[in-house]
Amino acid sequence: MTTKTYKTVTFKGGVHPSKDGKALTREVTIQEAPLLNEYKVIVQQNIGAPPKVLVKKGDEVKKGQMIAEAGGFVSVPLHAPTSGKIKIIDRIPGPMGVPTEAIIITADGKDEWGELMDPIDWKNADGATLKKRICDAGVVGMGGAAFPSHVKLSPPPDKKIDYLILNGAECEPYLTADHRLMLEETEKVLEGAAILGHALGVKNVFIGIETNKEDAIHALLEKCENYGVGVVGLKVQYPQGAEKQLIYAVTGRKVPAGKLPMDAGCVVQNVGTAAAVTDAVKEGKPLIDRITTVTGEPIKNPSNWRFRLGTPVSKAIELAGGITKEPGKIILGGPMMGFAQKSMEVTVMKNTSGILLLEKSDVIQYQSTACIRCGRCLSACPMNLLPGSLSAAIESEKFDLAAKMNVMDCIECGSCAYICPAHRPLVQHFRRAKAEIRNRSKK
Amino acid sequence: MEEYGIYIAALAAMAVIGGVLGCIIGVAVKIFKVKVDPRIELVTELLPGANCGGCGKAGCADFAKSVVEGENAPNKCPVASQEQVSAIAQALGVELGESMKKIAVVFCGGDKNQEKVQTLYNGVSDCISASLIAGGPKGCSYGCLGMSSCARACPFGAIEMINGLAIVHPNLCVGCGKCVDTCPRNLIKLVPVDSKVHIYCSSPEKGAVKMKVCAVPCIACRKCVRAAEEGQFDVNGFLVSVNYDAETLPEPEIVEKAKCPTGCLLTADQHVKIEESEKKNKGEAA
Amino acid sequence: MSEEVKSELLMPKGDELVLSTSPHIHATEDVRSIMLKVLIALTPVICAGIILFGNAAALIMAYCVVFCVAAEAIWLKLAGKSLSTLKDLSAIVTGILLAMNLSAGAPWWLCLIGSVLAIWLAKQIFGGLGHNPFNPAAVARVGLLIALPKYMTTWIPTRFMNYTTADYCQNLFTKTDWQNVVMGKIDAVTCATPLGVVGTTTKVLTHNPEAVNNFAQVANPSCYWQYFLGNMGGCLGETSALALLIGGLILIAFKLIKWQVPVFYLGSVAIITGVIHFFLPGVTPPPLFHLLTGGLMIGAIFMATDMVTSPMTTMGAAIFGVGLGIVTCTIRIWGNYPEGVSFAIVFMNALVPLIDKFVIKRPFGYNKPIVEEGVAA
Repeated sequence: MTTKTYKTVTFKGGVHPSKDGKALTREVTIQEAPLLNEYKVIVQQNIGAPPKVLVKKGDEVKKGQMIAEAGGFVSVPLHAPTSGKIKIIDRIPGPMGVPTEAIIITADGKDEWGELMDPIDWKNADGATLKKRICDAGVVGMGGAAFPSHVKLSPPPDKKIDYLILNGAECEPYLTADHRLMLEETEKVLEGAAILGHALGVKNVFIGIETNKEDAIHALLEKCENYGVGVVGLKVQYPQGAEKQLIYAVTGRKVPAGKLPMDAGCVVQNVGTAAAVTDAVKEGKPLIDRITTVTGEPIKNPSNWRFRLGTPVSKAIELAGGITKEPGKIILGGPMMGFAQKSMEVTVMKNTSGILLLEKSDVIQYQSTACIRCGRCLSACPMNLLPGSLSAAIESEKFDLAAKMNVMDCIECGSCAYICPAHRPLVQHFRRAKAEIRNRSKK
Repeated sequence: MEEYGIYIAALAAMAVIGGVLGCIIGVAVKIFKVKVDPRIELVTELLPGANCGGCGKAGCADFAKSVVEGENAPNKCPVASQEQVSAIAQALGVELGESMKKIAVVFCGGDKNQEKVQTLYNGVSDCISASLIAGGPKGCSYGCLGMSSCARACPFGAIEMINGLAIVHPNLCVGCGKCVDTCPRNLIKLVPVDSKVHIYCSSPEKGAVKMKVCAVPCIACRKCVRAAEEGQFDVNGFLVSVNYDAETLPEPEIVEKAKCPTGCLLTADQHVKIEESEKKNKGEAA
Repeated sequence: MSEEVKSELLMPKGDELVLSTSPHIHATEDVRSIMLKVLIALTPVICAGIILFGNAAALIMAYCVVFCVAAEAIWLKLAGKSLSTLKDLSAIVTGILLAMNLSAGAPWWLCLIGSVLAIWLAKQIFGGLGHNPFNPAAVARVGLLIALPKYMTTWIPTRFMNYTTADYCQNLFTKTDWQNVVMGKIDAVTCATPLGVVGTTTKVLTHNPEAVNNFAQVANPSCYWQYFLGNMGGCLGETSALALLIGGLILIAFKLIKWQVPVFYLGSVAIITGVIHFFLPGVTPPPLFHLLTGGLMIGAIFMATDMVTSPMTTMGAAIFGVGLGIVTCTIRIWGNYPEGVSFAIVFMNALVPLIDKFVIKRPFGYNKPIVEEGVAA
């Protein structure tokens, strides 16, 4: 153990979920998932333009072969998770419940790599080469948004980037995928950070990490100097890992409303992304798997896994030993921002950080009552909005008023709805208002 | 006599003040008179006066103005009957325009009893809100969510929620089209008022997939297509729909003739009747 | 072996999954537990009331709680609403707070009228908990004080006021009174409140040397300790500053109130009366007297801080507290009523939407606060 110190910073607002749940999987090392017979790879795994499918039914593919090419600048290619045959290109339930196009691959069991891209000596490579490689490897933000990473690395020339921040906060309860990754593949993460910093031409590279991951912090501190990366402790507070909050905590800069982090001279990348970048640049491997936490009280053996893209949730649960009691909810992501699922046929995607099952007794069907104006949502909102008044406006369908009250700045972190004693469905109201306002501006 | 003097004075003062103010108003009216086209008033009176906004204008008076100014033809009012439209056209001496009266139809037959509800829903009772969570609680990702967003939007109370399914009462619907925009699933369409037969399904999924989640989907068996005259039905992938642009629309007898295996081919009246009787049966059972 | 593993493998059936928006976990605190915590914070005050005024106090609390709950249940039934909102315990809190604002000598029907005023007029008519613009207990107290002043200002002495302690209490009731009771000439003694004594002395903004002597009799260090403990005439819950302060600390510890409200309220009263007393000692007694007597403590700690009827922001709470202090002092020093706390609370409650409208936090990432028209209260 090192005695090196780090400073701890935080943002204003937020909540401190009482049920942390990380203890379930914190000590469990990442396991390699065995090869499955079938992978259902959803085509659109990134925000932005959907990739164009390159294969057709009956085609033979090799592991790592590009099966869909980028459909635009804000898009990345997709690669086969294993070698095998394209069974069919079909529509399967997507993470948002809507049937989504997917490539279904029957594995041939050989798991043969196709032709890998050439390794790059990144220290002597220029930014453009690295960005192209990152794009070609299909790397997206693996924290949840799935925003193509190379886009974030390509700010317009007039925007000077001063900071690169790696997001290792993992503020969502229950999830430990990033924690284990930083602990077990410390060097990969740090090297990824250095590569990303090199690609951007940024000297100030920091990893922000919540202080409840003491062991990971020390592992990083041991080696960070070799890569010129700084480690910043973050107070355990939700949503510490939200982009704007993280930037504020680490640099004290505020991203202007409606703008991107690059407008504050910052770029934020997830630690998982950094590890994927290292693989892509040093070994030429595309992104075909990711680390996912399968957890929750009903799971028999909550654990961290390296799943290939396209692994169905039902298989993931099976690998974790099945369940001990009937769950009331299946969630992709964490409990604060994840999406409840109605089907277990949804598959692991590039941004699936967790598969969480909640016990029936934890899933209470709340009856919302009138706002008692306690003001808890006001102090919890990290964006300093007025969630209570906003939801009242939205409930009476005053969307113009809601827009004036900056509902579009809401980051949907769920802090307000978490803390509301009247169980008001605040986040749902805001999502609805955002959808309505977007629809209106389209017309 | 003294004590009455004060009353007389007061009355006189009131009369004088009243007279003076009256004169001022009279003069002001003359000076500041705004010229209004009398035809606008006339047309407004001839319009149904529902102020539904179905024409895209801010109420009937606004629409009347646009008609008089020639921006819109009288038949652009979706609510007005043929007689009303021709009366307006006559009054203004303009072209009547070809009028096609339309009514709204919700193209889904999956009520609570037919559609397998896969999950429980906890949240705001509003279709847009519900559709944002994993595509809503129903098994079918294309069916009616049943949270009455359209019914709330209807200014004429023509949409009723029966068994968790939105149903348009054809006799109440005036075809203003307000509901069409509210449906996040785009299930509601305006169809010609003469069309009596509809296929109550909007899911483009394969028949087998549909059958898993719903008892009354269109499985594209094409029995109706064969029973009907050519061009009355459109086949689009795994979904058959009535071709509302066809020269002759299918007659209600087609329902008997086609023997739709799932029962999604119905007349609007039959549809209402079936749902209402189901509701009744359920009520008796409970 | 593998057979065994297979049989153990249990997979979710997935037929009773709940679909809802994130967040999927929730803080344990709900409205009911908030009300329960308020009741816990009220316990010291309830105890103090019973210790000071005996069984009569307990009886009045029981009346008020029963009447309030009954009034709420009747309203909900008549309005065709679900009775489940009774479970949030808010009617019980209102009942206890109402009892705290009544004299121990109040008749049962006064409790009934008060309860109906509080629940029907102040709360349910606006749509129930959360929609009421005024604090129900404060409305009831104001209503009763205006409509039935006789019953609202007939105070009975505490159990610790008797013949032997009459010296300290000589301004509230006299030895002669007590002798009369002992000799059976009269049934019971009533006693004045310190504020009442002061209130009848003078209400003019001029220096009155006579009044200084008068004040000195009720406002001297030997009295303050008794006032602090609650040994004086007054409403059930308002006399014991000690119990109220303990209750206030519990509320702050549970994070149920914004500390800005009581602190700025009490502070502004102390400063205003202090300044006036310093320059014109004949107009009003010293600040400590004001803090310890009358309904100021219970008003500042339990009634003004009611979540529903106080501002949501901390800055708003501070403004609200100062406003309360100004109104209270105005009524106490120049008004016709000796006491102004409940009036001040009702008055300031009406201004809360305005305060909330103008004290808006700056959203993250904006340089200027966005002041918008018609921000819902």
